[in-house]
Amino acid sequence: MLLQQLVNGLMLGSTYALIAIGYALIFGVLGLVHLAHGEVFMMGALIGLQLVLWLHAGPAVALVGALLGTAVLGMIIELTAFRPIRARHGPVFAPMVSTIGVGLILQEVATKVFGGEQVGFPHRLEPVTWRVGPITISSVQLLILGVSVALMVALHLWVTRTRMGMAMRASAESTLTARLLGISTDRVILVTFAVASALAGAAGVLVGLSFNAISPFMGIDMGVKGLAIMLLGGLGNIYGAMVGGLLLGAVEVLSVAYLASSYRDAFVFAVMILILLFRPQGLFGVGHIR
Amino acid sequence: MLRVEGLAKRFGGYQALADVDLTVEPGSVHAVIGPNGAGKTTLFNVITGLLSPTAGSVALDGRDVTGWRADRITHAGIARTFQQVRLFRGMNALENVMVGRHARTRGGFGAALVRPPFRERSEEVETRRRARELLEMVGLASRAGTWAGDLTLVEQRRLEVARALASDPRLLLLDEPAGGMTAVEVEDLNQLIRKIRESGVTVVLVEHHVRLVMRVSDVVTVLDAGRVIASGPPDRVRQDPRVIAAYLGREA
Amino acid sequence: MGSYWESVLIFLGINTVLALSLYLPISAGQLSLGHGGFMAIGAYVTVICTTWLGWPFAAGLAAGGLAAAIAGALVGFPALRIRGIYLIILTMGFGEIVRIFFLNFEPTGQASGIGGIKHLTSLPVVSVVAALMLVCLMRFRGSRIGRALRAVQEDEVAAEAMGVNLTRVKVAAFALGALGAGVGGGLYAHQALFIDPAQFGFFRSAEIFLIVVLGGVGTYWGPVVGAAVVTLLPETLRFVQEWRMTVFGTLLVLCAVLRPAGLLAPRRHTPA
Repeated sequence: MLLQQLVNGLMLGSTYALIAIGYALIFGVLGLVHLAHGEVFMMGALIGLQLVLWLHAGPAVALVGALLGTAVLGMIIELTAFRPIRARHGPVFAPMVSTIGVGLILQEVATKVFGGEQVGFPHRLEPVTWRVGPITISSVQLLILGVSVALMVALHLWVTRTRMGMAMRASAESTLTARLLGISTDRVILVTFAVASALAGAAGVLVGLSFNAISPFMGIDMGVKGLAIMLLGGLGNIYGAMVGGLLLGAVEVLSVAYLASSYRDAFVFAVMILILLFRPQGLFGVGHIR
Repeated sequence: MLRVEGLAKRFGGYQALADVDLTVEPGSVHAVIGPNGAGKTTLFNVITGLLSPTAGSVALDGRDVTGWRADRITHAGIARTFQQVRLFRGMNALENVMVGRHARTRGGFGAALVRPPFRERSEEVETRRRARELLEMVGLASRAGTWAGDLTLVEQRRLEVARALASDPRLLLLDEPAGGMTAVEVEDLNQLIRKIRESGVTVVLVEHHVRLVMRVSDVVTVLDAGRVIASGPPDRVRQDPRVIAAYLGREA
Repeated sequence: MGSYWESVLIFLGINTVLALSLYLPISAGQLSLGHGGFMAIGAYVTVICTTWLGWPFAAGLAAGGLAAAIAGALVGFPALRIRGIYLIILTMGFGEIVRIFFLNFEPTGQASGIGGIKHLTSLPVVSVVAALMLVCLMRFRGSRIGRALRAVQEDEVAAEAMGVNLTRVKVAAFALGALGAGVGGGLYAHQALFIDPAQFGFFRSAEIFLIVVLGGVGTYWGPVVGAAVVTLLPETLRFVQEWRMTVFGTLLVLCAVLRPAGLLAPRRHTPA
């Protein structure tokens, strides 16, 4: 029973991690919070769903389509809601206003284009279940875990092995140093937004597949939670975000199983607040805080 | 006046202060000098409650104030300036000094709202009058309405002195007040410090400017690597071989 | 005046009250994205007092404000330890906890909320409350305590060295801010006539935050102007019916881009 719950928690947590990583990437290079990131996640789910409905695409195509679509969306957000404010040296909360605006736009566009109802993926994607010892795993769960792990490994390789990824880490360390090294900060930021948004888009499809509850408003809760997880892992720390996501997924599933289920989200936020108070650098952070 | 005994401060593996004794006589100007990293600013931070000591005690007029919070230390009668100027940059010069009166005034949230005809108004008026007087004293009367952030560095240092004096301290700690000043400005500062002493405030001074220290202070204490290596009248300290080796020798 | 515009103006007044309630915390350098939570506490407590206990409206509002202020002090104490983005996220988490609490709290109807609330909020009532708050804030600014708050915002270490008790000042500012939001919540409930937890979620907090930031942080008229924009704009955008929120969102982006420091940005001083 406990083992089964942990597996379920891991599944949920890996989607949280994908979203939190996006926050961490963006916070890393900009030191800013992107309040429409949850809506990017929602758009990912809707793009995936539409691909399945209109083109009768399989989950793989839906996933790739959502990845690409949200990557483009992320770049548009950077170009319209962040870069112009940066150019004018606006205060840190100005991008919060602009991204709240972007969130409103995306919600309404999604409602108008896709309808405001909660819908699920068609049951063409029949889940198959296997029993491994005491644990039951469905094909959808395996897909979620596989895709999440693959994306995280890809991300790790990207930031450690590629020029662009290393440039991103350099920018996260210090914008000034990055400039001195001849890195074009604006390009790095643009790519960071694409990567962060693509991860959220993928998470959208995965969550859509597992919960069958896609709606224009699914991004609000997820956005707040992803932010909490980023904090848990340490601001701007992508590996912290990965572990934090998994951890929170497990905590949430376990609190549903063993504590009052309706308070699960309150429990998650209580944990977050305690961490903020006693370890503001996050569970894995080592750096100083402002 | 001020009595520091066996004071020690350790940051992780770094011993910033070790067994520091310091006695400041009332009405004197007492300089603390030493090479960079000798622990002078740390000493100030411990005395004023920004840092708590690892060991030792600080007493003001016989009252133990060791480890008190900074605002209580100010209420007890110690005020200070900062080596890296820390003015309220978004407030004007007069308002900065008025904040300095905080410890000697009482109006709270309620008083701000109700504003009874006598007490509160007269307190505000008194605060403003005293603040103007102090600006006059440091030569900034004409700059009262200027944003602190727009003042020159030298003006900012003088404003910090006025702001510190606004809390009616018995003991004033000046952390490198001559930093960035020209010879003429240092002479003005010399006069200002004398004026402060005449008004009955005891002064402790951390300073690199050796000429100023030798001229203005009654007692000089020399710190090196967190320890007191000499203490006494300026002339005698200047001759002390350990001081010459540790400080003057190195600087020259 | 038609009852439609009257109701719009009442909401404008309520939004002004909510935005002004953020003024004191911001004066002490505390940005909050959890004011929806304090508003919820104020709304529920006021409704319980007026509807269930039959108290007069003013007493109900006072109780609601007080309850929110107590919650504010409880949050304010731990919030002393952190600032900036951490504080914003902490307050956000708090807002969510309050919402989830009411979502599960049986006596207040859980997700279905409380209906049948008496219509007690009127234009005169809202105007008086908003004007009162504005006058109070103006009095604060020039007072000893107002200067102390600004000093704390500018430089906490220096403020403490001036004898300002950081704990007392910051917790008081935060609690008073919560009090304002609680009163705003009470006014809101007696105009909306129906409250449920969904009305006080993250979006409500974001809206209050938006009003302040849009108007300009650190000005008294900023919240008023911001409230006017946020309340009246979606109403006047009715001609674009279908795409109201899209146009509104676009305008927000434009505001942030063109006037990043707010519509009524205070004079900039040289950054530290």
